[in-house]
Amino acid sequence: MPNEKHDVIIIGAGVVGCLTARALSRYRLKVLLLEKASDVGTGASKANTAIVHAGYDPTPGTNKAKFNVAGNAMWDQLAGELNFPFERRGDYVVAIGPEELPILDELWERGKKNGVLGMKMISADEMRRREPNINSQVSGALWVSTGGICDPFAVVAAAAENAVMNSVELMLETEALDFVKEGRRLVGVVTNRGTFPCRWVINCAGLYSDVIMRQAGLETDFKITPRKGEYYVFDRAKVSINNVLFPVPTPISKGIMVTTTVHGNTIAGPTAHNIKDKEDTSVTPEGLEEVFAGAKKLLPSLDKGDVIAVFAGLRSSGSTGDFVMEVPREVEGFVNLAGIESPGLTSAPAIAQWVVDALWEHGPKLEEKPDWDPIRPPRPRFRDLSPEEQTLLIYSNSAYGRIVCRCETVTEGEIVAEVHTPVPARTYDGIKRRTRLGMGRCQGGFDTPRVIEILARELRILPTKVTKKGPGSELLTRPAKVQGGCHA
Amino acid sequence: MPEKKCDVVVIGSGPAGLAAAIAAKERGAEDVLIIERGEELGGILIQCIHTGFGLEIFQEDLTGPEYAQRFIDRVEGLGVETMLGTMVLDITPARRLYAIQWGRLLEIEARAIVLAMGCRERSRGALAIPGTRPAGIYTAGTAQRFIEIEGYMPGERFAILGSGDIGMIMARRLVFEGARVERMVEVLPYVGGLVRNYVQCLVDYDIPLQLQHTVIDVKGRDRVEAVVSAQVDDNFQPIPGSEETIPCDTLLLSVGLIPENELSKKAGVELDPLTGGPYVDETMQTNVPGIFAAGNVVHVYDLADWVTEAGYLAGRHAGEYAIHQRRGSERKLRVIAGDNVHHVLPHVLDPLSLERGPQELQLRVQWPVEAPVWVNVEANGKLVKRKTERYVRPSEMIRIKLPPEDHGKIVGAKELSVRVEEKS
Repeated sequence: MPNEKHDVIIIGAGVVGCLTARALSRYRLKVLLLEKASDVGTGASKANTAIVHAGYDPTPGTNKAKFNVAGNAMWDQLAGELNFPFERRGDYVVAIGPEELPILDELWERGKKNGVLGMKMISADEMRRREPNINSQVSGALWVSTGGICDPFAVVAAAAENAVMNSVELMLETEALDFVKEGRRLVGVVTNRGTFPCRWVINCAGLYSDVIMRQAGLETDFKITPRKGEYYVFDRAKVSINNVLFPVPTPISKGIMVTTTVHGNTIAGPTAHNIKDKEDTSVTPEGLEEVFAGAKKLLPSLDKGDVIAVFAGLRSSGSTGDFVMEVPREVEGFVNLAGIESPGLTSAPAIAQWVVDALWEHGPKLEEKPDWDPIRPPRPRFRDLSPEEQTLLIYSNSAYGRIVCRCETVTEGEIVAEVHTPVPARTYDGIKRRTRLGMGRCQGGFDTPRVIEILARELRILPTKVTKKGPGSELLTRPAKVQGGCHA
Repeated sequence: MPEKKCDVVVIGSGPAGLAAAIAAKERGAEDVLIIERGEELGGILIQCIHTGFGLEIFQEDLTGPEYAQRFIDRVEGLGVETMLGTMVLDITPARRLYAIQWGRLLEIEARAIVLAMGCRERSRGALAIPGTRPAGIYTAGTAQRFIEIEGYMPGERFAILGSGDIGMIMARRLVFEGARVERMVEVLPYVGGLVRNYVQCLVDYDIPLQLQHTVIDVKGRDRVEAVVSAQVDDNFQPIPGSEETIPCDTLLLSVGLIPENELSKKAGVELDPLTGGPYVDETMQTNVPGIFAAGNVVHVYDLADWVTEAGYLAGRHAGEYAIHQRRGSERKLRVIAGDNVHHVLPHVLDPLSLERGPQELQLRVQWPVEAPVWVNVEANGKLVKRKTERYVRPSEMIRIKLPPEDHGKIVGAKELSVRVEEKS
């Protein structure tokens, strides 16, 4: 296999890499998607605010502005084809106190310049009516009907799956270490699993896109700085904020927002702090305090006692402040995507299309496959079905009648199905992200032993080899010595 | 969907559920059903292989499984029906349950319900412990399940946050298994669990306990590599400079239990924000008539024996409630207008109402009879009561009382009919 020449190798299976792979899978190309982690979408794509932004925030004229607005318009079709949760429910930028009100006008102007549709200024009274929990000091809000929310991991997994269905090859736990070059041309990717010859390389390496740029031979001082965002997740049984609420933005971020998710949980965040370590997704006491203070500014009634989880993600913040999207002259056979931070998720479908267009212009001849299938069929989600549908599903496969995760009502049938898909879940976290298992109020307390048992059985490995998120994260250490009763 | 009707449905088969089912049955309820989502009866007791159960109720020192077995034997002896591997998905305030059993959806109607779902452990997320999110962070109860039921060790070097009973018992258990317990830290100035567990588990096995300390950071990308502990001040805030890194591969949490009331809420049961459990009266009945609650689902008890007692109380009253319901619903008689009766009220009559006092029937005739008549009340064709009127006319209502002593005459009848006939 390492000797077969690929037309395109994509480095990084986050949302940009997977949507690019899927977009390229439409053409007669041999495409290889490389991911160093044990699953797709484990970087910024899995830990973010899950917002499909309308596009009033980026500075007019930037790639961020252009691709945000273009990307936003592509989500309805994308969600329809790939069958992931997406709701275009609109969002609010809420001004608290009279001093914040003028900022709404700036956003309005920027939105107009960026071509954002569906903007409307609403009064403080109207905002209080639409969100009764809002801070009573609200002075007005910008309502944008084109804003949306999605399940971002589901987007990545569905895109990867659809790409693989259409003959893209995905290699997990495969890290790009270097390139094989002929002069200025990239002709192969060196990985921990061997060297793969290719004609084109697409840099979708997120936090490490600057490293890849230099390895490819670009002489640049471009740098990716990880910018951490920390979040709270609230129990949906206790907190139900049914809106997407932004504060007025700061110069470096859109601020601490409070938003509902497609799963009905309310989340608050993110912070925005530059850090050094590209792997440091730890949450900090200071960060959480900041999140809570920011969230309380919008919704003073929020209570920390209703928190069920905290998490942090890292933005791939580029030193130019804008998305880098180029087919550089110094290196041949290289499409460079770097600094794809927020609104990167929103923009990703448009960025993927841009890559197709760039290859069309510079690369191999693109010939459409007549049998390309854009549809990733949905898999049954037990909790979303009517009792009649549940009965039929159980009748077809009794594993759907065994509930493993009680808080989120996830069945064994759903877990087993996720282990046997084109992009299989092979870890506890992989199952969790695909099914929502363990994301409820007990946070995996009841399901973990059962999931280990199911994964061990389906993957034909020992329970002690089952991991949380890949090698090194084994959940169990050894069989217990004393089995059965033991009086103390 | 299969239909089933029961006197009492008990949800959960831990100490509360088993006791409730026994008490309901002993009180005279006929069909008593326990629904258990696990594969065995006994709830969490079956993974509590340590002793200390039954001291109050049996004056014996039993393990969890032994204690559970005593009740399981009685449940079986009394003919209580059990459904294992069955999870209740929904309950309506009208006491209709929707459950899923081994891939089968069930709909069950209950005259009374006892909620005995117990509690769950507070998780890391609820505490918002800072740091990374690697493998190796478990609640003490999950670790207990791994070791006692699954037969696997979840780690080798442990730090334990919180000094609840399960945490202390697991600390000792881990030592038996050859693991190291580096430290137990407790944020409060005193131990969270029972003194006897403190002595028998921590002191006897030299497990270091630090009070007024907490975990302020978790380190490790894939698997826990260390936790950082710190002393806290009176406001539970970490004291700078007191940080200590404790190398370990596992962090166990024993930081409290939360009554599990998601189902209760679906049934319209109101919860007390202080306990996290339902508001209950002295019979353990919730605000929803016929729905009772018992044990850790109401508030968290110290001893399983006390949970059992709460189960008895709730079960007895649930049984009683069901019996009243049964009498009421199955022995209501239709009251029928017979010969020359235009209509009669009430349309239905509960024979039990005669136990409380006389009941009056009110009727009008269809046509006038200007001569003496009998007004006959009959049950299944047999005369229960009759009364004379000198004449009857549609414009004049007739009233006839059934005294309490007539109760015996109408028991077992399906309907009462009233007819008016001319005296011959």
